[in-house]
Order: sequence, then structure tokens, then C-alpha cells
Amino acid sequence: MKRLLRRQACLLDFTLSSLARRPGKNLGLLLVYGLIVFLLASVMLFTDALRSEARQVLARSPEIILQRVVAGRHALIPAGYLERMGRIRGVTARHGRLWGYFYDPAVQANYTLLVPRNRRIADGEIVVGAGIARTRGLDRGDFLTLRGSDGTARSFRVAERLEGESELVSSDLILLSEADFRAFFGVPEGLYTDLVLTVRNPRELRKVAEKLTLRLPDTRPILRDEILRTYDAIFGWRQGIVFVLLAGAILAFVIFAWDKASGLSAEERREIGILKAVGWETSDVIRMKFWEGAVISLSAFLLGYLAAYAHVFYTSAALFEPVLKGWAVLYPEFRPLPRVDGLQLATLFFFTVFPYTLATIVPIWRAATTDPDQVMR
Amino acid sequence: MRPSARFALFIGLLTTLLSLSLLDAGLRGGDAGDRIARMRRQVEALELTDLALFTEARYTRNPTQADWFTPFQDHPMALEHFPSGSLLQPPALLRRPR
Repeated sequence: MKRLLRRQACLLDFTLSSLARRPGKNLGLLLVYGLIVFLLASVMLFTDALRSEARQVLARSPEIILQRVVAGRHALIPAGYLERMGRIRGVTARHGRLWGYFYDPAVQANYTLLVPRNRRIADGEIVVGAGIARTRGLDRGDFLTLRGSDGTARSFRVAERLEGESELVSSDLILLSEADFRAFFGVPEGLYTDLVLTVRNPRELRKVAEKLTLRLPDTRPILRDEILRTYDAIFGWRQGIVFVLLAGAILAFVIFAWDKASGLSAEERREIGILKAVGWETSDVIRMKFWEGAVISLSAFLLGYLAAYAHVFYTSAALFEPVLKGWAVLYPEFRPLPRVDGLQLATLFFFTVFPYTLATIVPIWRAATTDPDQVMR
Repeated sequence: MRPSARFALFIGLLTTLLSLSLLDAGLRGGDAGDRIARMRRQVEALELTDLALFTEARYTRNPTQADWFTPFQDHPMALEHFPSGSLLQPPALLRRPR
């Protein structure tokens, strides 16, 4: 065992010296290789962290939301629908929800105005999300003036700021009283944005949704399960899109690495010939080249992954921010919750380290099995 | 020091950092339990359905509540107006066979 280890150490010494003879070429390869791993790992870690956070946080969103659809568009739903749906077994509570969007031309941002059901807010007062407070420079006691649907400007006093920790769900929220909401948007009494139904047993959700569609054909129920699946799909899709965008870069790297790994230069062929001439066995040459591939790919994988971890969880994926932000003025300030999926890490390892290592061995095996005299010629 | 020993030390250091990253994820993930619990309570109290990640359009702010055809603006092949619209997939509800 000791002898085997010493032998491998000697081979590794020789490989490292051989790599050091071409520093520019090999460091360049390591850099490009590491960058590819960094990009793939960053996307993987970021989307996985967001997906997991969305799943955990939205697990308490309403069980069923009932929207009224008129001519294919979401319309306000009359309070009478609460009676029209009749008694449905399993539904323990039902009520209307009031919320809407407001575009603020002053900062070119969309706010979400919402009437909280479990919290009393005095007329003329609002509670603002941290994103709005930051963008408009608001604090407790300040006034925010917005132009309502009837064209009159209304001033609201900021009673409170929502805590910054929950920005991911509340960055653009403005909470206000029902009377203010109805007056601001011109929503008459007896109309809601949508209805919320509480169902105690999650296994009854589908049945309840079916009954709702039958009794109120102009509505569509949205189940909590669908909300969670949408977020799973969004981040899966997003990850897929980025991977597709990266495909060009990855393919370029594959060609570069394949060319570097498989196409032996005349110098390398001569090196193999000399090694064989001085008594190296074919298996030694292959082992030496295996080490060469392993040194580069393992270093690139570890460096790329560690840089990606620091980028995503310590700088909040600063490089991705411009893409994620899009035109959103009120992008929430948040730090993704660190999460590393062992299986994903193993997959990344498998797809980045193995192909390169194998690609280095095959051509060497071909060259190493030929006659040294022929190789050197 | 032999090159192989130096390399072993280098890989050992990186592997330790990788293990520390796993530990860090576990520890910080555990510490964030309170923050997640608070956010979850807020989602429950305010009956929220979506993350406030993309606030520029109705269908990107609340993808789960969007109208069936809003993301397509005027018609299904219309060019996407908002950058994040091209990164969003239609909600699960739309992709379910009806």
C-alpha cells in the first residue's frame, strides 16, 4: 500500500512539473474551466435557494383563492358569490380579499395595495413595505401622496414600515383600510378582488375546487398546491433558461477542453515516446495523464464551486442582480438562505470532473500503446 | 516540499472549505428558521400568494394569480415586453390539461 502511494506521489510530482512547464496554457485552462463551474454552480445554488425559500414561506398562503373571470380576464367578484356557492363540506371559513396594483409615475414602480383582514389600519394611514420606504425615502410619520382613480390626490400618513427581513414577500406592499382602498380605487361596496376559502383537510381541496367550478362556472379556483408548484416550475424554468443561455459558452469550453485534452501536441507525443523509451510502462503513462486531468478538473471544480458559494450566499448573487431585477424598481433586498443539495453537488461534480479526466486518458492510451520510435518520429 | 505534497495540501484546503460551506449552509439555514417563521406568519396574516421578486408587471408580480393570457399581452406570439417575462413560465394552472 505504502509502495503504491509512493508511486502515485512520484507520478503526481512528474505531472505537476510537466504542467508547470506550460504555465500560461494550463493556468488559462484552469481559469476558463473554473469560470464555467462557477457560473453553473451559481445558477444552481441561487435557484435552489430561492425555490426552497418560496416553498417554505408560501406554505401558509391561502388554501383556495376564487377569482371571477369575465371575458378571459380577472374581474372583481361580488360578495354575493359567498352565499351563491352554498355550504361546501370541508370549508371552514370564507371571506373576500381586497388588493390591487398601483403604478406610481414618480418612481416608475408598481405598488401592491392590500387590505389586511386581521389587522386594523386607521383611515388615512398606511403601512409600507421596506422597498417602497427605501425608494420613496419614507419613514414613520411621513406622508405619501398618490392620485386615486377619480383623479384626486390623496395623502396617507405612514403609520409603520413592514420589517425589512420579510422584503421577499412584502417589498412593494402598501397596507391600508378598507374604506381608503374602496375610495382610492373606486371599488363599490359588495365587490372584492377575489375570495379566500379555508379548508381544514388538504385532501378535500380538489373536491372543494371541483364543487366551486360547478356551482360558480364563471370563476376559477387557485389552490395552494398550484401556487407552490408554480414557484417550483418558475425556478426550474429559470434555471433551465440560464443553462440554455450558457449552453454556447459551455459548448465552446467543451470544444476547447476536448481539443486540449484529446489532440496531443507534437511535444506531448515526443514526451510520451521518451518516457516509454526510458522504460515507462503504458499503464504509467496513462496514470500520469490521468493525474494531469484530475489535477486540472478537481482544482477547477473546487475553486469554481467555492467562488459560487461566496457569490450567491455572501454577495446575494450580485452578478445576477441586473438580470433578475429587470425593470423592477422595487427589487427586494434579501440574502438567499444558504442551502446546498448534496445530489446537485454530486451531479455538478460528475458532469464537470469526469468528462475532462476521461477525455485526457483516451488519446493517451492510443499514443502510449504505439511503438516509442514511431511516436517520437 | 515536494510538488505532490503541496498539491495535496492545496486540495485538502479546498476540500476543507467545501466542507465548511456545507456546515455554514446547515448552520445559517438553521439560524434563519426564525426569519422564515416570521415571513410565513406574515404570508398567513396578509394572505399573500407570491414573492415580491419581479414587481414590474401584474403577471410577474403575482404569477400564480395572473390572467390566463396576460403574459402574452395581445396575442400568444406577441413579443415579450418586460425582461423578466421572458424568464417566466406560464403558471402551473395553465399547463394542466383541462
